This record gives sequence, C-alpha cells and structure tokens, in this order.
Amino acid sequence: MLLEVKDLRAKVAGVEILKGIDLTVHAGEVHAIMGINGSGKSTLSKVLAGHPDYHVTGGTASFEGKDMLTLEPEERARAGLFLAFQYPVEIPGVSNSALLRLAYNSLQTHRGLEELDPLEFEDLVHEKIKVVEMDPSFLGRSVNEGFSGGEKKRNEILQMAVLEPKLAILDETDSGLDIDALRIVANGVNSLLTSDNAVVMVTHYQRLLNYIVPDYVHVMDGGRIVRTGGKELALELEARGYDWLRVAA
Amino acid sequence: MKLNKEQCFEQLLLGKSVESAGWLKPIRAEALEHAKAMNFPSDRHDDWRFTDLSSLYPHGFHPITSFANLSKADIKEYVIPGAIRLVFVDGSFNEKLSDLTELHEGVTVSSLVERHGDPLVESNFGRYAPYKQDAFVALNTNFFEDGAWVHVVGEVTVPIHLLHVATKRDTPSAIYPRCMVVMDHFSRATVVEDYVGLNGGIYFTNAVTEVVLKKEAQLQHICVQREYKNAFHIGHCSVDADTNSVYASTAVAFGARISRHNLQVTQRGEGAEMHLDGLALVAGRQIADTHSIVNHAVPRGKSIQLHKCIADESAHAVFSGKVIVQEGAVGTDSAQSSRNLLLSDKAHIDTQPQLEILNDDVSCKHGATIGQIDADALFFLKSRGLTEERARNLLTHAFAAEIIVKIPVPALVESLSRTILDRMGEAGT
Repeated sequence: MLLEVKDLRAKVAGVEILKGIDLTVHAGEVHAIMGINGSGKSTLSKVLAGHPDYHVTGGTASFEGKDMLTLEPEERARAGLFLAFQYPVEIPGVSNSALLRLAYNSLQTHRGLEELDPLEFEDLVHEKIKVVEMDPSFLGRSVNEGFSGGEKKRNEILQMAVLEPKLAILDETDSGLDIDALRIVANGVNSLLTSDNAVVMVTHYQRLLNYIVPDYVHVMDGGRIVRTGGKELALELEARGYDWLRVAA
Repeated sequence: MKLNKEQCFEQLLLGKSVESAGWLKPIRAEALEHAKAMNFPSDRHDDWRFTDLSSLYPHGFHPITSFANLSKADIKEYVIPGAIRLVFVDGSFNEKLSDLTELHEGVTVSSLVERHGDPLVESNFGRYAPYKQDAFVALNTNFFEDGAWVHVVGEVTVPIHLLHVATKRDTPSAIYPRCMVVMDHFSRATVVEDYVGLNGGIYFTNAVTEVVLKKEAQLQHICVQREYKNAFHIGHCSVDADTNSVYASTAVAFGARISRHNLQVTQRGEGAEMHLDGLALVAGRQIADTHSIVNHAVPRGKSIQLHKCIADESAHAVFSGKVIVQEGAVGTDSAQSSRNLLLSDKAHIDTQPQLEILNDDVSCKHGATIGQIDADALFFLKSRGLTEERARNLLTHAFAAEIIVKIPVPALVESLSRTILDRMGEAGT
C-alpha cells in the first residue's frame, strides 16, 4: 500500500476544510478525485504534500506504512511523494536545469546514491524532456518565468519525470490547458506510469480522464469523499453534473 | 586604549605625509586644511542619520609605513583571467602582482605616481571629488599613497581590473586607495574596482574614485567591496558624464563591519545615460550603506537605477538614492527602484528614494519594496526535496543574481555568485 488516509481532518486559516477523508492508493493504480470548487480536493493535495498553511486536526495519513504527517515537505518528497502544483510558482533567477539538478541530487543523496554533476545531469534531463515535448531551451530559463500556462504545467510534469516519484498528486494539472497541451501532459504522465507507482489526479472536469484513464474515481463534497466508483462515474458526472451527489448542507 | 570620535579623527589627521609632484602639493595641503576643520559626520546630518559609525571610533588607525610582500599565490582567487590588472597592496602600487600584457596603444593603465608628469592627470585629478566638502574625501586627497590611472582612447575589450588588497597588520591601519578613470571621446571600456581583505585584521579603507566620460564614451564600471569582516570601508565615486556618454555601474557590497558607498553622478552633456545597479548583502552585525546622487543638469538625460539590499541576522542595510532634475534638464527620463529582502526578524533595512524635480517635461518614477522570502516559492522548493536552508539560500541567491548576472565579466560573476552562496552557508550555521 502506497498511501493510506484515514478520517483525515484539516483546517486552513481556522476553517475546517477536510472533514474526514478516507483514501487508499496501491502501486499501479490511477485515482481521480473530482468535485466542485471548494469541495476540499486541492486542500487534500496540499495537506498531503505538507503545505505549512494547512493544519491537520485529526486522522492519519501514512506513506508506505509510515506516518507522513509529521514529515517536512522535503522529507515527503524524498520518500517518493510528488505534487504537481495547480499554480506553478515562478522563480526568477533560478534556472530550470539548476532546480531540476538540485532536486534530483537531494533525492539521490537521500537514497545513498551518487550525485550527478552538471554534465551527467544534462544527459539525463535531455532524455526526460522528451516526455513532455519541451524545447531544451526551457532548461536554461528561470523556473516558469514568462512561461505560458501550458508550459508551466508541462514543466511540472518534467519535474515529475526527473524525480520519478512513487506517488504523484496532480492538482488540477488540466486547468488552463488547450487540447494539444492536455494531450502532451497526459501522454507524459501515461509514459511515466508503471506497476510500481501511482497517480492521483485532482480535477474538476472529466476531459483529462479521457487521456489518463483512472481505476477509481472519488467525488468530494463538503470536505468528504461522498462517492467512489470506476471510470464510468466520471462520465456520469459529466452527463448529470455534481448536484445529485451533494450532501445536504 | 579606546578612542572617542574626536580622538579617532585626530589620529587620522596624524597620518603620514606623502611626497608628491609640484602641482599636487597645494591640492594635498588644501585638502588637509579642510580635513582639519572637519570631523566625522554627525548622526544628525541628513546623509548620515541611518548609519551608526560608532564602532569605527574606538580604533586608532595608523598610517602604513612598511608594505607587505605578497606573492601571486596570495591573490590567486581574485585574478580575472585575461584582464589588465593593477594591484595595490595596502594602498601602495605593486608592480610584481600587476599584469599589463594586454595593454595596447591608446590605453594607459598605470600607477598615478608614475603619471604625475602627465598634464592630463594634472588637469583632471581632484576636479570631481568634493575634497572641500567631504571629510573622507579630504583625508584621502591628502594622505593617498598612490592610485590607479586609467585613460582610454578607442576600445579596450578586456576588463581593466584595479585590485586593492588589504593585508593583516598588528595595529589598525588607515588605507587610502585612489582611482582616476578618464574615458576619451567615443571610447569603450570595462573597469573593475575591487576591494579585497586578504587575511583579517582591523583596518579602515577610505577610497576615492573619479570618473570622467567625454562625449559618446561608454564605461562599464563595477565596484566590488569584499573587505575583511572587521574592516571599515568608506568609498566615494564621482562621475562626470558628457554628451551621449553611457555610464553603467554595478556596486556590490559584501564585506566590512561598516561600509558606505557614495556615488555622485553628474550629467554634464545632453543625452547622457546612466545605469546604476547596486547590491548589498550583509549578515551578523554588518552595516552597509549606499548613498547615490544623480544630477540631471542638462536635457534628455536618462538614468535607470536598481538597488537591492539583503540583510540577515542583526545586520543593517541602508539605501538612499536621490535623483535631481534641474530646471533646464527637460526630457529627462529617470526610473529608480529599491528592492529589499529581510532574512531575519532582527535585520533592519532603511530605504529612501528621493526625487527632486525642477521642471515639468520629465518622466520620473521611483519605488521601493521590502519583503521576506516568498512562502510559496519556499514550499515549492521543499516539495521538490530541497531542505529549508537550501531552499532559502537558493531564493536569496536568485534575488541577488539579478544584479550580479549583468556584470559583463564572467569570471567575476562566478566568483561573486560563489561568495554569495558561501556567505549564506555561513549565516545558516
């Protein structure tokens, strides 16, 4: 079992957003978490990644059997967790290739493996960049600075490709993408999927799921998972909307 | 014995008198007379109210009477490959460490003492730096031992590196570096003025530089202050920019217990352009102060200024930037930006952008921001496996890099980048 979340509750700015989440993810699985805005789905991804503004008030979450809630974000990353950001951060003055190498090497060190020097890393990153069909010139540019919405999302997937996480949480990675960018991002994610890793997609819309086919679809509402089903649940949501699943306020 | 403010100044006035050429003697004497009538600036003085000099006063700074014998290995880490290099050790010219192999016709780079007979030196020296008004400039003008003379006709493609090295001494010492750069009509050059503390000690560097740009001249002037951490550094640079000249400067302050960089740029000719970048990075109990005055005296001048301060631990950084647009200076285009990063609760930054506009036909803007490390960026980097310390250092370096990377001397960019990362490593432990 990669991820086991039980009755997870969390607050942000004093307001309880997650009100008891249960979620289990095994290696080789693809999950989708859907829901309307404000249902708590992005909060769940931030809590799992360890964002300091979100405070866990109850429940447990473990990664490969170990409590993950006490870990710093970097320790979770080193354990194999990855969050693709809904709004990727621009970092002027830090080149993409420097970021990727620092991130890669901090994981290598954690695993007791040799760090790669810039030249060795360049070979690796030029292989990985093909996954997201990005021009290598993006490597020399500052992280996300001046990137279009689609380029930023592809850049997140490039980071995922380099870091090879066991569990990737994609937080609204499809939002703001045109159809070509969506296809590229989805192809990238699909090419990274193996029987040893897993993906949790957080999304509002069904269309991403046409490209990355989930084994499980969870619907969140009011800080809880209110329904879990197979991929056909997403199609039903597309046809019927969310209202029929909403808990009475 | 600990001195007070007056005693410390008195001690400086007791400095060693220096033999010099006929024309220079009266200038030195006049400067000394002015110095005797002055003192360290009062903290009530508007130009000094942010900067506490009191840790300077207890020391009695003595003149240097014997000069250290350094080898090339001692300055190795500061060498810029391929540059024309003048080296001054504790204010005295060191020919052995200098490298003039890249010199070519039209360019003079030498010690000032060697050029005392040059009418061009005589007609420019002391004309721009305010030795009648400023106590530090007055002291330097009287006591400077030697200095750098740079005269450029045509184009110099390699950097001209003026390396001022301070060595460790048993008693606190006063060092008076001096530089004079004259850029002839249509000339182009890059000059790196570099102040380095080699291996410790308490000393006081009081430096003065005069820069003249004739019509259409272009100068990249990089001023690096990386003195030893117990040192004091007060530097003054006066720039005179004639018609359509371009003066681009980058001033970097990393070292010293207290440092002050005074930059005075006068636009003498129409259409002159000034690009002024600055970076101060301080930690511990350091104080770094930058005061600039840009004086647009004639039409269609342009000045663009970006100054950044980074203060960690209990350090204090000051920026005061004044832009004056005179009545006749129509069509002036000026933008000034002060951006500041506070890395600790105890650190302190004062910033004071000032505009003084005396005509209507201008485009002037200025702004200042003070912030901390961006929390979203920090979380993002940590989520990619970087430790908190590594992530903070990377973001701080990135903030500083915007200034550093524009320096057109790759070896210097690399060396300064490394210094920034090292410095932050020190602060983090």
